[in-house]
Amino acid sequence: MTNHSTKTTGSKKTTGSKPAARRQRRSRRGVGLGLRDFPTFKAVSYLVFAFLYLPLVFVVAYSFNSNRVVSVWRGFTFSWYSEVLGNDDIQRALFNSLRIGVVATVVSVVLATGLAIGLLTMARAGRTFAWTLIGAPLIIPEIVFAIGTLALFVQSRIPLGVNAITLAHIAFCVPFALLPIRARLRGVDPAVYEAAADLGAGEFTIFRRMTLPLLAPGIVAGALLAFIISLDDFIVSYFLAGPGGTTLPVYIFGMIRNAVTPGVNALSTLMLVASILIVSLSYLLARKRR
Amino acid sequence: MKAPWSATARQRRQAGQGSWWSGLPGVVYLIALVLLPLILIFIYSFLSRAKLGVGVKWQFTLTPYTELLYSESLSGGRSFDPTYLQIIANSFWYAIITSVVCLALSIPIAMWLATRPPERRTALVFAVTIPFWTSLLIRTYSFIIILNDNGPINGFLKGIGIIDEPIAMLYTPFATVVGLVYTFLPFMILPIYASAERFDFRLAEAAYDLGAAKWTVLRRVVLPSIRPGIIAGMVLVFIPALGSYLAPELLGGGKTSMIANVIAAQFGASRNWPFGAALSVLLLVITLLVLVVFAVVAKRASRAAGRGGWEALI
Amino acid sequence: MDASASALSVRDVTKTFHTPEGGLVHALDSVSLDIAEGSFMVLLGPSGCGKTTLLRCIAGLESPDSGQIALRGQRIDDMPVWRRRVNTVFQSYALFPHMTVAQNIAFGLQMDKVPGDIIKVKVEESLDMVHLSGLGSRKPSQLSGGQQQRVALARALAKEPEVLLLDEPLSALDLKLRRGMQSELKRLQRETSITFVLVTHDQDEAMAMGDQVAVFNAGRIVQVGEPREVYLRPRSRFVADFIGEANVLTGVLDTFGLVVESLGLVPRDRLIADTDAASGRVHVAVRPENVSLQIDPVGTAKVTDVSYVGGDMRVEALASAVSIVSRVPSQGVQPPRIGDRVSISFAEGSLTVVAD
Repeated sequence: MTNHSTKTTGSKKTTGSKPAARRQRRSRRGVGLGLRDFPTFKAVSYLVFAFLYLPLVFVVAYSFNSNRVVSVWRGFTFSWYSEVLGNDDIQRALFNSLRIGVVATVVSVVLATGLAIGLLTMARAGRTFAWTLIGAPLIIPEIVFAIGTLALFVQSRIPLGVNAITLAHIAFCVPFALLPIRARLRGVDPAVYEAAADLGAGEFTIFRRMTLPLLAPGIVAGALLAFIISLDDFIVSYFLAGPGGTTLPVYIFGMIRNAVTPGVNALSTLMLVASILIVSLSYLLARKRR
Repeated sequence: MKAPWSATARQRRQAGQGSWWSGLPGVVYLIALVLLPLILIFIYSFLSRAKLGVGVKWQFTLTPYTELLYSESLSGGRSFDPTYLQIIANSFWYAIITSVVCLALSIPIAMWLATRPPERRTALVFAVTIPFWTSLLIRTYSFIIILNDNGPINGFLKGIGIIDEPIAMLYTPFATVVGLVYTFLPFMILPIYASAERFDFRLAEAAYDLGAAKWTVLRRVVLPSIRPGIIAGMVLVFIPALGSYLAPELLGGGKTSMIANVIAAQFGASRNWPFGAALSVLLLVITLLVLVVFAVVAKRASRAAGRGGWEALI
Repeated sequence: MDASASALSVRDVTKTFHTPEGGLVHALDSVSLDIAEGSFMVLLGPSGCGKTTLLRCIAGLESPDSGQIALRGQRIDDMPVWRRRVNTVFQSYALFPHMTVAQNIAFGLQMDKVPGDIIKVKVEESLDMVHLSGLGSRKPSQLSGGQQQRVALARALAKEPEVLLLDEPLSALDLKLRRGMQSELKRLQRETSITFVLVTHDQDEAMAMGDQVAVFNAGRIVQVGEPREVYLRPRSRFVADFIGEANVLTGVLDTFGLVVESLGLVPRDRLIADTDAASGRVHVAVRPENVSLQIDPVGTAKVTDVSYVGGDMRVEALASAVSIVSRVPSQGVQPPRIGDRVSISFAEGSLTVVAD
């Protein structure tokens, strides 16, 4: 999601200065020159990558453990997966999660697309206000957002459950949906719209035949991000779930609280795989050149 | 050639790019579901506790705020009670440790990433972001597996004979901090990387050329240049760490509550919504103050950053 | 010129922009211009002079604050962009990146509700016309800059506009390609006999392509005419300097001729005939190729620089405070050396009086 143009200029600089650095490295002092080969940097980097991925690897590995005691390895089994997938409560939670995720994604993407376009022509004050609202769910503590929406729903007598969770998810899915759409929009030469108008297209035709198809990859990337964010959310869903609104993360939390069985690992592994697949897809789409 | 001012908003509107009102539904929605809840929380923090515990009684009072410092005994007398102050202090302490550890780990990896060949760089940066996109709950949970008495770490240490009895790591402040660091590390790495990537490595070469040693170059040329990234990273780690709920809840084992856990308890078991709201207001105010402080520092830093690199050499 | 005979007539068009600092800039200051049917008009001027703004006003991408624009006698200034029978080739080409070349060309025709089978034929014809047959299924990103340029042209021409507007269409091409496209554009204009209006800041391009050239400066048209006329008889110092190279001299004009400080008397017949009206203190412009320098030990000027530009020799000489540039074919001439004394003479009818 970083800006492509700065990326390329940055890379040019480093590659450009590379041969020079090599030459000097050999000639001067005999000590390694340049920050490229600070030995500590490399070692720490490898450690950080291990730190980032090992916990996830353990979750996946132990999901195949036949021992009931989660972290003592006994043997390989798939049985936890069949147990988890056959559980009615889990199926219901999965269905809730998917339903919330799909609706929240669709609505937040529509809102975000409108915002991305609207932000271009908004007056300065309006733009600042809109950005504050969009950024707020990212900066205010999630717990505050959770109890705030809880208070709102209780106050306005909106019943807790799947619908309440969906309404809240939409709010914090908007910024995630917005970023790739906006990146895409900024990459479009505005003259393209002018050319379309010049060739006889009216406002609506321009939107349908230029804006939408040009933004499509960004919209899909944004939708995927919004979907993961909704799917993975725990805290807000936990407070708004009510009796019938248990989502997958809320269910997993209950499992962790009661007794950790390898079933948690199996379920977690499935969610990890889903998240990683979706984010990778989004990443590939966002990178795709026209 | 077009004059620079010709790209005005007015001209763009004519170009068939849609107009500002298409952003209206989004703005209205966010007002309803972001701004309104915050306003409601603020109002709640000045109301009385409901009899049954769910919701509030619409009667003005300052009790939720006095409850931060005093506890009320059954007889009605008030006495100073540092419990919540202690929790707030703890929260700050954990957030500070988390930020510092993240910073220490992030500078090397950000510099390392920024010096990779461009094709590999994008993939590596993406690899840094992947854990962020996985469920926070599962990420936090994974440390229950790793840190528990029978977990891989204790197993490994026992296996090589360093310890006989497992080290109790889970349900300690240590576990909480590890969980926090793990959760927020990408937020520190990415902005520092973004700064490091823009760093002109010829500056470092110039410094070497003028006779500076490696660590001097790092300290006096590189660090000042990536300061904006460091400041952004500190904001992005410190603020959410301060308001964390899951890591202390799952890994701290109730022994290391942070503000968020107390807030959650007021809306759950303790059934004191106004007090929970007051704590939320406090947390929001602290968050805003921290943002303002960092914004001031950042302004000064970015002003210095322009000259920084060269000034350090002279 | 009679407005009804012109394809496009611009009357007193004014357009101001607000700068971010709150100031006002007159991008167009009461500009009037008539463009003859089937002609190739070039709007020439330095950047920021208003020529692109005028083009955008004609296209409808910008609306003028006041004034009238008429296409074949019919007012179009309050017509929306998409209804004007005028099409534009954009500086950045503005090809639709998500459409193939053929779809790009078809787009404008679809907007006119042309039946599908006719569109197909027209797209083929258009591709043929710009020598791109067979590339219809490519995406713009798979084409070279020159090819993209041709697609942009084909797309605009496919609609058979009454006037084709070209906004610095060649500025993104390298020099060699630009030369080729210049003659290509002239050919297309002749073949289609559509009125072309081209904006450029490149005076060579303007000279090479235009039937008529309108020179802009600071939001006004300072001179309109055929390229040769504008070149040889610039009306102002700005035009003389902006187009080609010019020596601008200051002197006093009377019936005998022009007395130029440190050059002496320039006979009356060296001046263009119809400058009779002017007298007194004037500025005159003369092109370097109309200046000759003869080596002369008692000459008034001293050579300060000699260089070769293409097949020409360019000599700079200084006569006390006045610097003079001469340009002559280098073949068969004894080249002067720096420091040589020379005498200066001008070709007959080569000096023209210019406004300051």
